[in-house]
Amino acid sequence: MSDREVKNLEEMFDAKIARDEKIEPKDWMPEKYRQTHIRQMSQHAHSEIVGMLPEGNWISRAPSLKRKVALLAKIQDEAGHGLYLYSATETLGISREELYEQLHSGKAKYSSIFNYPTLTWADMGAIGWLVDGAAIINQVPLCSTSFGPYARAMVRVCKEESFHQRQGFQIIMTLAEGSQEQKEMAQDALNRWWWPSLMMLGPLDAESIHTEQSMKWKLKRKSNDDLRQQFIDQTVPQAEMIGLTIPDPDLKWNEEKQSYDFGEMNWDEFWQVVKGHGPCNKERISARVNAWENGKWVRDAAMAYAEKQENKVVKQAI
Amino acid sequence: MNNNLIQYIYGIADNSLILGQRLGELCGHGPSLETDIAMTNISLDLFGQVRSYFQYAAKLQGEDVTEDSIAFLRKEREYKNVLLVEQPNKDFAYQITRQFLFDIYHLLLLSELQNSKDETLAAIAKKSIKEVSYHTRFSSDWMKRLGDGTEESHNKVQTAINDLWEFTDELFHTTDADKVMISEGIGVDVSLLKELFYKKVNEILEEATLQTPDIKYFQKGGKQGIHSEHMGYLLAQMQYMQLAYPNMNW
Repeated sequence: MSDREVKNLEEMFDAKIARDEKIEPKDWMPEKYRQTHIRQMSQHAHSEIVGMLPEGNWISRAPSLKRKVALLAKIQDEAGHGLYLYSATETLGISREELYEQLHSGKAKYSSIFNYPTLTWADMGAIGWLVDGAAIINQVPLCSTSFGPYARAMVRVCKEESFHQRQGFQIIMTLAEGSQEQKEMAQDALNRWWWPSLMMLGPLDAESIHTEQSMKWKLKRKSNDDLRQQFIDQTVPQAEMIGLTIPDPDLKWNEEKQSYDFGEMNWDEFWQVVKGHGPCNKERISARVNAWENGKWVRDAAMAYAEKQENKVVKQAI
Repeated sequence: MNNNLIQYIYGIADNSLILGQRLGELCGHGPSLETDIAMTNISLDLFGQVRSYFQYAAKLQGEDVTEDSIAFLRKEREYKNVLLVEQPNKDFAYQITRQFLFDIYHLLLLSELQNSKDETLAAIAKKSIKEVSYHTRFSSDWMKRLGDGTEESHNKVQTAINDLWEFTDELFHTTDADKVMISEGIGVDVSLLKELFYKKVNEILEEATLQTPDIKYFQKGGKQGIHSEHMGYLLAQMQYMQLAYPNMNW
């Protein structure tokens, strides 16, 4: 293909996105678009399945049958999100095995928030309320992103996340209305999860390397700083409503800009966790690697069995 | 208050409770995303059934008894599940074999329980039977895949069936409470299901190219509340919150 032909294709491609039309897997796309989507979508899929681990930590200890069932169902939803995000990524010409390999080797990232430990039952509430709350803010704009399979997957993901967020808030609210010990448990969870949740919305705009291109492809529609502000403005009144205190002495309503001013985040901690040195990075990856390696014989058996069945059908046909 | 009926309900529901708890431990650690989701789904179904049974048992007892006090606040001796379901998640071969043996039994039990004179139990059985049919299909299919898959999978699942076989006989024992409930047309006489159970299990094992174990000695005790060493640890986790923070709403 000549340079002019490629340029023509690129122009048509850009025009299509500008018209808000979807790019489908078999459409021509610039290689960078393909690679960026593989990176972002797989990172999202990995976050879903690594995210199962901190919550899975509390299934066996959930305090009531109702909570146990709801927690199981929620984590199952996350596995489902992982499944269709991997499938959507596979349409870009990469296999699930390759994507896992990238996760296990550390080449691919996942949301750093899941490298924090879940220490009490209240953490199940905090994750739903804050972590899923921040995730929704990140994800709702993706329902209208340019790549069709991703946009469609996100419609369903967002519906379920929104349910998880309410469920998490309800857990925290129940604790906040409970005994002194329960209230303390809720406040402690908020103290530990607040700042990591704010960091989920990404580095400061000035330090974000992917934003401009992603805006053009509608992979991102608002800047990290705007999303963070939206999250804070939405969450602070919820905390106040249930009598919990946001652990930020600099948090203050700004009448002029009609939103909250807030304190500085500890970016050293953020980068430490992103670079693999958070409290649970090693455990999370090793849990995923173990599941994959210990399951190899099972997957091999399923393949061998399927092959045998296929051969039987062929033989019968002959 | 009909104590025999309550004990009878515990006898059935505790199997689902303890197996559901075991399956819940696996969430996020399965050999593939698909099997992970399926095992969690079975766990969810079982806990759903447990809630129906325990809500009924709580209603029969009145006072301060709730589904959660039944699930979380009994002593080990008061749990009446069979030994099979409390066996640990050693590997996928054990998990599937444990599931398979329980599912075949569970389906036969529910098929009869839906004819119970107790309308609530009959209704729970009718609802659960759809779920358990799926569980049985899932675990039977995996028995075949593992048995007739690779040499490694065949050996692993044969070891699992050999080890877990000694827990099958207890499924067909009847307690004193069971006997009273059977005589009243409420309970199922599980001793009558034994022959059909082994026939169905053997059929699948044969298709899976597995040997039916030739074992004459069996373990028992769970139905009387005398459990294995594994049970205390399982309960320690399951009851942790309720014991550490008693009398609270969650």
